[in-house]
Amino acid sequence: MHESHTPLIRLAKRDGMPKGQVWAIRGASFLAAILISALIFLLMGHNPFGAFGTMVGGSLGKPTAIRQTVKIAVPLLGTALAIAPCFKMRFWNIGAEGQITAGAVGASYFALFWADKLPGPMLLVVMAVAGAICGGLWALVPAFFKAKWGTNETLFTLMMNYIMIGVVKWLQGGPWEGRPGSQIIPQFDSAAVLPKVLGVHCGWIIVLILTVAMFFYMKYTKQGYEIAVIGESENTARYAGMNVGRIIMRTMFLSGAIAGLVGFIVASGADNTLYSGVAAGVGFTAITVAWLAQLNPFAMVGISVLLAVLDKGADTLQTQLSVPASISDIITGIFLFCMLGCEFFINYRLILRGGHKEVAES
Amino acid sequence: METVHAIELKHITKRFGKVVANDGIDLAIDRGEILSLLGENGSGKTTLMNMLSGIYLPDEGEILADGKPVTIRSPKDAFAHGIGMIHQHYKLVEVFTAAENIALGLKGKDHDRKAVAAQVQAISDKYGFGIDPNKKVYDMSVSEKQTVEIVKVLYRGAEILILDEPTAVLTPQETERLFDILRAMKADGKAIVIITHKLHEVMALSDKVAVLRKGKYIGTVNTCDTNPQKLTEMMVGHAVTLNIDRPQAKYKDLRLEVKGLNCRSGEGVSVLKDISFQAFGGEILGIAGIAGSGQKELLEAVAGLQKAESGHIFYYPPHPNSDIAGHHVPVDKAGEELVGKTPGQIRKVGVSLAFVPEDRLGMGLVGGMGMVDNMMLKTYKDTPGPLVDRKAPKALAEKLIDELEIVTPGVATPVRRLSGGNVQKVLVGREIASTPTVLMTAYPVRGLDINSSYTIYRLLNEQKMKGVAVLLVGEDLDVLLELCDRILVLCGGQVSGIVDGPAATKEQVGLLMTHVGGGKEAGSDA
Repeated sequence: MHESHTPLIRLAKRDGMPKGQVWAIRGASFLAAILISALIFLLMGHNPFGAFGTMVGGSLGKPTAIRQTVKIAVPLLGTALAIAPCFKMRFWNIGAEGQITAGAVGASYFALFWADKLPGPMLLVVMAVAGAICGGLWALVPAFFKAKWGTNETLFTLMMNYIMIGVVKWLQGGPWEGRPGSQIIPQFDSAAVLPKVLGVHCGWIIVLILTVAMFFYMKYTKQGYEIAVIGESENTARYAGMNVGRIIMRTMFLSGAIAGLVGFIVASGADNTLYSGVAAGVGFTAITVAWLAQLNPFAMVGISVLLAVLDKGADTLQTQLSVPASISDIITGIFLFCMLGCEFFINYRLILRGGHKEVAES
Repeated sequence: METVHAIELKHITKRFGKVVANDGIDLAIDRGEILSLLGENGSGKTTLMNMLSGIYLPDEGEILADGKPVTIRSPKDAFAHGIGMIHQHYKLVEVFTAAENIALGLKGKDHDRKAVAAQVQAISDKYGFGIDPNKKVYDMSVSEKQTVEIVKVLYRGAEILILDEPTAVLTPQETERLFDILRAMKADGKAIVIITHKLHEVMALSDKVAVLRKGKYIGTVNTCDTNPQKLTEMMVGHAVTLNIDRPQAKYKDLRLEVKGLNCRSGEGVSVLKDISFQAFGGEILGIAGIAGSGQKELLEAVAGLQKAESGHIFYYPPHPNSDIAGHHVPVDKAGEELVGKTPGQIRKVGVSLAFVPEDRLGMGLVGGMGMVDNMMLKTYKDTPGPLVDRKAPKALAEKLIDELEIVTPGVATPVRRLSGGNVQKVLVGREIASTPTVLMTAYPVRGLDINSSYTIYRLLNEQKMKGVAVLLVGEDLDVLLELCDRILVLCGGQVSGIVDGPAATKEQVGLLMTHVGGGKEAGSDA
């Protein structure tokens, strides 16, 4: 018989690690990310201290830099808030990208064709509402199919993204095209642009209000309670007499509506126009934000700012130290990897061979 | 010289996180002997045997096979040492025949089906299995599937057989047959371990009994030197009385009348066929049957969770003088039709359902939530406004902790962290707190230790005395026969008979479980 012994590494689930230790692991993983990134900078022939200095300086050093960082953080936070109720319900909405775009389309329609017919503030309100409704309806489609026929929401929401982006491409080159042949939708009328507060479009105020509202919604409302129950067990929800299908559709509409509102904020506040890249991958990055924050809205504020700092910092690296764009991406990747990876060590422990006496066999 | 055991466990310890499932266990298994591994749920029986069959690795201690130390890291290793385990949940391919399932996964041998079938037949004849090697698994009853599992293990040359709760899904008659087979194998010199918590089986079958309690090894005794009372004390750690009361209620009135009820599952399979029966307030109506005979569907249909295809369910309000009268929405005294009502409406009439599924949490409770949030699961909508009111549920949670002696660090601790007994007390307690007029409960003592089980029986009896109609789906026939006033037996989605609790015998109920009306053969239940 061949020699047999215990495997080299085994995994064991662990439960209820003390809070202090959890944060120590998270801190250590952040440190590890910094160290690995430093190594990369060294390999590239840059002083790691200088590089990190440039990143921090470029994202938080000057008021203009801060404003740009905030501008990146706003849609991230808004979208993370949008998908939070879905994820809490274990409905994997990865279609925020499309819902943002749908919202932007709805808002842009009024920006382009109603700017002269509606008074200024009224126009913005109508755009916001239109954005929310369009995003919500776009999200309602996969929710309806899921509730009625149990389709797979992950694939469905994902595919819906590309359809919506395709719709915008068509609008760009077709009915909403500005100068013929430009493939570009004209800039919005100034009345359709979100006003600035402290130098950044006032979208940041909207998402901060949304943060508090979402926290409250999830924790203290009956609807939030229903979402939590369904997320834990659909069977239990059904036993409690909840109409699971209806709740799924309602929650997805809400989720899509918030994403649509983000679409309005980006199109009106940041881009001042509509183009097919309006969501710019935010719908996906927001998933990371939501998970890292463990669906806690207040934690999402911190995480989205952190990601925005990384993003803006990496951007600055590229321009000031002429580090290739791919290196900035690697740095961001390392941080995300370490931050997500540390959750593994919080939930599991590794057992190396040699924990007990080995027994040789003939 | 020291005798060499077939298998010897020395100081085996296994931990899962903070939980010590097995704590320094010593155990010897001998050939030509049937050993019962006895212990309450959660005492570590299955964990211990899983280490023998290569599913887990022990954290400490060693395993000796024929006196030599071995390491078993996979079921394959276990087979190499002649150890075969028959698990609670069978692992068979439905569309294959018995012989194909048995040959499955064997490497390096020619898959000559005829040879395999012949060999299977030989094993079958030797021990009296009576198995047809060419029968497809989907055509088999639960007991036949179990037989295939046993033959599979024997075919692979197992000398040491471990059976995990083999009788849980069998009728009394099938259990007897299995015992005969096990005795035949013992006579052939095989070592047999059965994991169980049923005392009468231990007494009927085994030569020796090893008792575990809370992960610790208590001792091994010869079956002939002991009795159920002594074994219970070893299992529980203190003396317990093994009698269940069956008091008489003051009011006994018709509460529920089911007439010609038919239901289909989501896949269109008929799960309830022409069910008719009556349930009375002040009575415990037991519902017996082989697992999957329509018990769950029946309760769900009454609770409005399962759509009735045809038939009626009439509800009659309780006796105006009983304790439970007047708590619920008024209904038609001549019988309120429940078919067509939503679960919420039915609940408001006073019908409550406490279903304890196999994983205990899946249907009645939300594992990740604390007691407070679980208390309001069915009533959160009753308060006005969009916000949840956690004051009343919190008070209720605290009251239950107090009254039912629920052990929990606090009302906010996720119920998943509580022990099984406490989880079930939370569930049953909540249902009782809604002052039901019909209390339906399925497997309320599933996996509970003896003390907690008796607490639950007491609670059910209290409800009955108040005039509640209690419908109890149970697994343990002995308990049903002691506790229930009447027992309804289901077989393949049909009512095969309703018997009087005090007068019925186990054999009578066992027959009804497999044959409608106790006579003609019923179709197999897959």
